[in-house]
Amino acid sequence: MTIDLEMAEIINVFFQESDEGLDAMEAGLLSLEDGSDCEAINTIFRAAHSIKGGAGTFGFGEISKFTHAVETLLDQMRNGTRGVSADAVQVLLQAVDAMREMVALARDGTPGRPATADAVGERLTAILEEPANPASSRGWPPAETPAAAAPPDPPALAASPDPAAIAVVPGPPARKPAVAATPEPPAEPTAAGEQTHWRIRFLPHVSLFETCNDPLRMFTQLASLGRLQAQAFTQGVPALSEIDATQCHLSWTLDLHGAVTREELAEIFDWVDSNSSITYEQVDDSAPPADVASCAVELPVAAPVAPPVIEPCAAPAVGTAGHLPELPSVPAPDVVPARSALTAPPDASPASAAPKANVDASSIRVGTEKVDALINLVGELVITQSMLGRFAEGVDAGKDLELLRRGLAHLARNTRELQESVLKIRMLPISFSFNRFPRLVRELSRKLEKKVELRLRGESTELDKIVLEKIGDPLVHLVRNSLDHGLETPAARIAAGKSEIGVLELNAYHQGGSIVIEVKDDGAGLDRAKILAKARERGLIADDAPLSEEQIYNLIFLPGFSTAEAVSDVSGRGVGMDVVRRNITDLGGHVQISSERGRGSTIRIRLPLTLAILEGQMLRVGPETYVISLVSIIETVQPQPDHLHTVTGHAELFKHRDEYLPILRLHEIFHIEPDSRDIANGLLVVAESDGQRVAILVDELQAQQQVVIKSLDRNFKQVPGLAGATIHGDGTVALILDVPSLISRFSARTTASVGRAA
Amino acid sequence: MSKVKAAAEEAKKQYVSFMLAGEQHGVDVVRVQEIKGWDLVTRVPSTPTYVLGVINLRGAIVPVIDLRIRFRLERAPYGSTTVVVVVRVPGERGERTVGLVVDAVNSVHDIAPSAIRPPPALPGTVDHAFIEGIAVVGGKLMLLLDVQALVTASIEEG
Repeated sequence: MTIDLEMAEIINVFFQESDEGLDAMEAGLLSLEDGSDCEAINTIFRAAHSIKGGAGTFGFGEISKFTHAVETLLDQMRNGTRGVSADAVQVLLQAVDAMREMVALARDGTPGRPATADAVGERLTAILEEPANPASSRGWPPAETPAAAAPPDPPALAASPDPAAIAVVPGPPARKPAVAATPEPPAEPTAAGEQTHWRIRFLPHVSLFETCNDPLRMFTQLASLGRLQAQAFTQGVPALSEIDATQCHLSWTLDLHGAVTREELAEIFDWVDSNSSITYEQVDDSAPPADVASCAVELPVAAPVAPPVIEPCAAPAVGTAGHLPELPSVPAPDVVPARSALTAPPDASPASAAPKANVDASSIRVGTEKVDALINLVGELVITQSMLGRFAEGVDAGKDLELLRRGLAHLARNTRELQESVLKIRMLPISFSFNRFPRLVRELSRKLEKKVELRLRGESTELDKIVLEKIGDPLVHLVRNSLDHGLETPAARIAAGKSEIGVLELNAYHQGGSIVIEVKDDGAGLDRAKILAKARERGLIADDAPLSEEQIYNLIFLPGFSTAEAVSDVSGRGVGMDVVRRNITDLGGHVQISSERGRGSTIRIRLPLTLAILEGQMLRVGPETYVISLVSIIETVQPQPDHLHTVTGHAELFKHRDEYLPILRLHEIFHIEPDSRDIANGLLVVAESDGQRVAILVDELQAQQQVVIKSLDRNFKQVPGLAGATIHGDGTVALILDVPSLISRFSARTTASVGRAA
Repeated sequence: MSKVKAAAEEAKKQYVSFMLAGEQHGVDVVRVQEIKGWDLVTRVPSTPTYVLGVINLRGAIVPVIDLRIRFRLERAPYGSTTVVVVVRVPGERGERTVGLVVDAVNSVHDIAPSAIRPPPALPGTVDHAFIEGIAVVGGKLMLLLDVQALVTASIEEG
């Protein structure tokens, strides 16, 4: 199948929406576990339903077919014919995984059904074949619906319209509609086999085609449900000279004879009903038939149409044996699930979203309020600019000076706000990252046979999309570690006098220009002695190395360090913590551990809010100004001569509190003529990266300010010691120091020179 | 070489000519983005001396290369005619924008490909590898620079 670009874009929207739908399903399923409500199931059902519909539309039969079984089970849960069991939820969660896999396959252009899907599919079928266990004890509408009393295994459908009798407008061979791609689900009782005559009046909006809807396709789909007669009305068609071929000027009356429910009809028109007028009417055929012969188009269908399969639905059928009730008598909405589809909001239409879709994998979905804020600000900016422009036309220095000042103040504020707003577009709430943890914690705690309560706090805290993406994996590592090594088994917890349920808390909040993320558990805490012993055994530290508490904890970030007694498949391979720290350092953040034996531990990650902006400290060396990230600065000191030491004639050390820090002369590294080469005349900036501290010698500290980070390598290349550049208010360029690379470069150099000296 | 291509090549190419230590040089006009006056640059440490530093070109950080230093010519003070020829060349990550400091720009000349000679081995002057060819324009010799090779080598060498 060749897909043109536009189609690819629309399909891409389907993938995006499927991802979101799957996330929603997962979240909903997890919430079902701890007390559910009807709304949660509805949400899950709706998500499944849209995925199924989309998959069917775009020809991903496997997804559509698989999702149908999921939907069937959900539907039974929703209308109360089946209780929500932990088992079923587990299978549904696995089904979500399988669907995710299938969507991924489809996205890669190799749609198919992985083995896992088959396994899950079998379990789903098994559950569906079990006798239903009505959810009378649950909180949502119980057995008051007739369907609830219905036998779970209805007789096979007898309805099979005579293909020869199908009338349809001419067209290509019918594409298998979504509903027809689902042959095996056990259908629920309906007015099976009963021929009903539906009259549908379809008055599409003129923009029908713009939303990528094709009446022909819908009619083909209708024709697959029964015998269809279509009557087109041409009164709305303008004169040939005025006709716009991209607009729909026709309207139709469709007569459909077949064993069809209103829901099925509604489903076909699901995508269009927001901008078109559609009425469904059941016609009593004993009355004289409508005269459609005059201009109805009746043509034999060109290809065999898939036999209709009736969607399972909760339509009240048993009680009215054999006769579909007149529409107005169809009872309350909660009995007719697809009713919601009838009034589906316009956002259900993928076509309307399609043109905005971004094919780029690094696209970003932005809240409309952020864009609105930008639009407002730009408006403000334009006003200020015109105010200044008017002012410039007739300047009267004395009187107008105040006006000018006011204008400039406005301009400054608007510009600053505009910049902030633009940067906010990149910001997303951390819930995007936190959302995966309920599932993860649930599965892991089961595997580890621990009882864990996960608490998520500060989920709405926003951070840069890039930071968000890169912090995900480190967080997973930390959470796994906490579950595996931190929290104890229920027995051990009771023995320690704690509640058998461990608490794992993920917390995010803003502090200054940073975001802090905490992974906190109330487990056993870190065992200092064990860490030390392990580090010595691995030869990571000298036997007699005096280490502070913090330094001991930091040992767990060394490559190859793991204290897990047994390597489990959860954690304990000694890869992870070093990667965690490297990832965090790469993002310009740092990680800190605090722990109390028997009470638990907290890992605190501090990250810059964004990679586009830096809280910078300007500093000067000779004629050059540099920017250093405030996050990496511990403090700045005016060195006292008695705190300076020289070792072996090469390394200069500065005694900072109880530590000796190597002095890094920026002017030497960068070959700049400084104000003074005497350390005592300069300032020492104590900076840290990766647990290593150095004292950087500079001439002067200047202002602190937020700077926008610009890449040096876009037009040039990466320069060792520099993280990028920024542009000053006056338009000149200032370079941003890369503290980690400076430190590692410097220590490599001193090691080399010490080596030479030896 | 196909006929079509050969025919197309006979169409004249345009070169921006500039002066460097008294010699006339040319750069393919399609490579030239703009020409701007000399302005202060921010020095970048750990780079070759011919990389004068970086400038802010409407929000982008653009390196500036002094062609006199690059070609080991005698250095001259930057004056009122000193200009930066901003060129764009394909780089590792899309197009790269780089400024080249020259003594002065002259004008744009049409040169037929047939009028371009392969570069002779010139003693002492511009590196051979960066010369696309030579042509005679207005009775004077013009060295046509291969900016892409020049820029790529200059940035990657350092």
